[in-house]
Amino acid sequence: MQKESFVKRYGLLIGTGLAVGAAAVLLTALGNPANMGFCIACFLRDIAGALNFQRAGFDAEVGTGIVQYIRPEIIGLVLGSTAIAMVKKEFRPKGGSSPMTRFILAVFVMIGALVFLGCPLRMVIRIGGGDLNAVVGLVGFAVGILIGILFLKRGFSLRRAYQQSMAEGLVFPVLMLALLVLLMLGPDFIVFSAKGPGSMAAPILAALAVALVIGALAQRSRLCMVGGIRDAVMFRDFRLISAFAAIIVAVLVGNLILNKFNLGFAEQPIAHSEALWNLLGMVLVGWGSVLLGGCPLRQLILAGEGNTDSAVTVTGFIVGAAVSHNFGLASSATGIGTGPVAVAVVTGFVVLAVISVMNLQKLN
Amino acid sequence: MVDARGYSCPTPVVMVQKAVKDGSPRKLEVAVDNQCSVENVTRFARNAGYQVTVSDFEGDFKLTLTK
Repeated sequence: MQKESFVKRYGLLIGTGLAVGAAAVLLTALGNPANMGFCIACFLRDIAGALNFQRAGFDAEVGTGIVQYIRPEIIGLVLGSTAIAMVKKEFRPKGGSSPMTRFILAVFVMIGALVFLGCPLRMVIRIGGGDLNAVVGLVGFAVGILIGILFLKRGFSLRRAYQQSMAEGLVFPVLMLALLVLLMLGPDFIVFSAKGPGSMAAPILAALAVALVIGALAQRSRLCMVGGIRDAVMFRDFRLISAFAAIIVAVLVGNLILNKFNLGFAEQPIAHSEALWNLLGMVLVGWGSVLLGGCPLRQLILAGEGNTDSAVTVTGFIVGAAVSHNFGLASSATGIGTGPVAVAVVTGFVVLAVISVMNLQKLN
Repeated sequence: MVDARGYSCPTPVVMVQKAVKDGSPRKLEVAVDNQCSVENVTRFARNAGYQVTVSDFEGDFKLTLTK
């Protein structure tokens, strides 16, 4: 058996993890909301807001909600992946693997993420900032992944994808370019929050440049928060989880240097301390993401490579964010949403269970 | 031949894992359609004690596992 060297096996992933952590701390220092240097769920939610799909916390005085902004980080991650995939000849448009099922899964993953207040990436960034509520979230996330693995081992699959045309594969990256144009021009029909987290942002070009690099690194390393725990459990493969750990280390060190580390449950930035909901929200995210084959970050990267199933998934995230805010399901720093949160989360578990069972099949 | 074309990870690895467990074959051919699956199946197969060679297969990839 050939042995891979440690550097070859773990180098790119640990390097990517450290870069992601450093980028998160840097972008926060440049103006992004605290412990939110990179949050795929939050930033897609902000994009939903910019397009007026939701205007949570609308303030008549300033005329905007609090989470509306076209986040260049999302655009950069996708286009960074597209660029490097083109160079490496890995841009291969494909799709057709149960797209509608993926869309529904994505809606509920987003609802879970906004109950917790963050995607798996923000969860580890929050842990690196000392937010112990995110550790509760991590427990839920792991439980969700384990539930998903039970179905994977019994043959769960959303069936195969097929090759698509170049035009179809390019739709999503071009959509990102269109968002970039809207961000730069800022026409009246696009809304940017005048206050709240949506108004806090790193300079556009800096955020875009950082995200392009991270997007390219994530494409090369196949970084995935869900894959980390999944592969460790299923295959005793610890490569992806090493990146997971590296992100926490980088964020932790960065926060200590900048004196932003704050250990505890209370008074954490853009977080709440309702443990049950932090836990259940992330169970939904973990389970749903295993069924989708990757975390929200990974879906962005795959969409950038021409995977139209992942593009549909990201669209589902955006719709899920609008649903979350319009029905009062999303949490805030003061606690869980004022809408039917319990009904939505339980419905999510039922939907995931039905999808899990309905898609068991004989592989090979 | 395990045809995992069109499937995204971890499904191709699960399919190979099942084939290895069921028959413990000395030789196994696996078709996949993306580089990520090539890497993942290769890593899994090497850990299971197989030698892996990759070749072109109708524009996709064919991995030949032997031990």
